[in-house]
Amino acid sequence: MLALPTSGLGDRIGRTARFLWSGWAGIAGLSLLATVWQLGHEAYGDFILPAPLATFAAVLSLLESTDTWSTAFETTRRAVKGFVMAGSVGVLIGVAAGYSAAMQRLAGPILTVVLGVPPIAWIVLAMIWFGSSDGTVMTTVVIATSPIVLVAAMEGVATRDRGLDDMAKAFGAGPIRRCLAVGMRQVGAHLFPALSIALGTAFKVAVMAELLANVGGVGGALARARAHLDVATALAWILLAVAALILIDHGVLRPLRSEAERWRDAARPWGVRR
Amino acid sequence: MTVLSLQGVGHAYLGRTVLDRIALDLSAAEIVALVGPSGCGKSTLVHIAAGLLEPTHGRIRRDYRRHGVVFQEPRLLPWATARENIAFPLRLAGVGSGERRRRAEAAAMRVALAPEDLEKYPVALSGGMRQRTAIARGLVVDPDFVYFDEPFTALDVALKRRMQDLVIDAARRERFAALFVTHDLSEAVRLAHRILVLDADGLGIEGERSVPGAPGERSDTQVFHVVQGFLSEDPLFRRIHDVDERRVA
Ligand SMILES: Nc1ncnc2c1ncn2[C@@H]1O[C@H](COP(=O)(O)OP(=O)(O)OP(=O)(O)O)[C@@H](O)[C@H]1O
Ligand SMILES: [Mg+2]
Repeated sequence: MLALPTSGLGDRIGRTARFLWSGWAGIAGLSLLATVWQLGHEAYGDFILPAPLATFAAVLSLLESTDTWSTAFETTRRAVKGFVMAGSVGVLIGVAAGYSAAMQRLAGPILTVVLGVPPIAWIVLAMIWFGSSDGTVMTTVVIATSPIVLVAAMEGVATRDRGLDDMAKAFGAGPIRRCLAVGMRQVGAHLFPALSIALGTAFKVAVMAELLANVGGVGGALARARAHLDVATALAWILLAVAALILIDHGVLRPLRSEAERWRDAARPWGVRR
Repeated sequence: MTVLSLQGVGHAYLGRTVLDRIALDLSAAEIVALVGPSGCGKSTLVHIAAGLLEPTHGRIRRDYRRHGVVFQEPRLLPWATARENIAFPLRLAGVGSGERRRRAEAAAMRVALAPEDLEKYPVALSGGMRQRTAIARGLVVDPDFVYFDEPFTALDVALKRRMQDLVIDAARRERFAALFVTHDLSEAVRLAHRILVLDADGLGIEGERSVPGAPGERSDTQVFHVVQGFLSEDPLFRRIHDVDERRVA
């Protein structure tokens, strides 16, 4: 790969180049998927599985209408808002629980139960509590994603290097300072992968809740496509939802992560860098 | 003037006593070496004295302004460059970034770290460089007391000498006191005013010897003779030697 000097700017350019390269690799993978899809289309015909190109055409025609944008934005807004709420709650409680052995022991069984309940059950409950409203979607998203973040944050704190804590203490850092300057940085390794999973879950759950609670958004559009047996439109909506997810994951989460985990690059041998 | 005083200090890990009845006093600008076989509780004692570990019993009085600590392992922040690691205590103390940079560079210079190494992350540093980074971090705060826990074990002979000289010089110039843990009796004789021997089971300070002459003024032959004298004639040091031999065998 690129052997760049370790100067700040060169380093940043290198990371950006690697980031773009990973985008290129992603496109290659997706093309493979499209090939399989095309084969499926040729085997089963238009009604069951429209061709990828026909679906892309459907996406493009959908994108011509401003309604589509606002519908996609609606779902994205719900998913991201729920994700941010779940993320903040999960990180706060998770970090606190990581520092306290008692809280960790209490949290264990609760998390097992909460993670064991399928999201669909929460949707039913939330529909009873909130009716067909934003609240239903948000509640479901928060409940479904916060345990993922919480567990990761807790694990990150619990497995931190206590030697570094002692070191910071030796140089006069109080508990809060130790948590912020030393603890949180170590949580990152556990937290970032969990955040990516949580974001994906947030989108999936949001669409599902929208569909079941009939509150518009991509889920609502999917419900309509199903009613019309319009597979091409349904697939187009699915593509749009996935595109929004990828946009946020790769546009926001991953750059944040690679910024925070820059030092890991130094540990990787040349050639293994992506 | 006594700057550090431990009285009747004892510690038990999960009910297993590793230190008991420890009493020691350090005066200002005094370097005291602490020797004893592996596992006898030297690190535990240093951590207690530095306030990182609550002793199970006993009293500690610290009368210094600010201490620095060099741990047995480097304990560097893996996400920070060598420079940021050295400056970490300054950041905690709220020193401004320009000042931080200047002082970190000065400290790095003293432990013979090249400027280009300062931009590296700990994973990209050699073991000896990591340890030197940790030494620089311990000295960067202008401490008047420094805890050294076998700081030079990972260094080669030449560098070890250089670091010993650095400690002797810095201690004289900045008049800091130091509690210096080491396995190496000649290192202890070279840089300490006084040598304490910790009981092999951590049950008290077995005894102490003051080293003739002042640190930095002893020639290599003098150091050699004192060490030979300690090892061959002084019953206090017999135990260390025994354990060392057993460990080698
Ligand atoms: N966190 C801990 N929990 C339980 N036992 C511990 C812990 N830390 C140290 N010990 C035990 O306490 C004893 C003293 O350990 P310590 O690290 O103080 O030895 P040391 O004299 O510094 O040894 P060395 O010279 O090898 O560094 C050892 O028997 C060790 O097993
Ligand atoms: Mg030790």
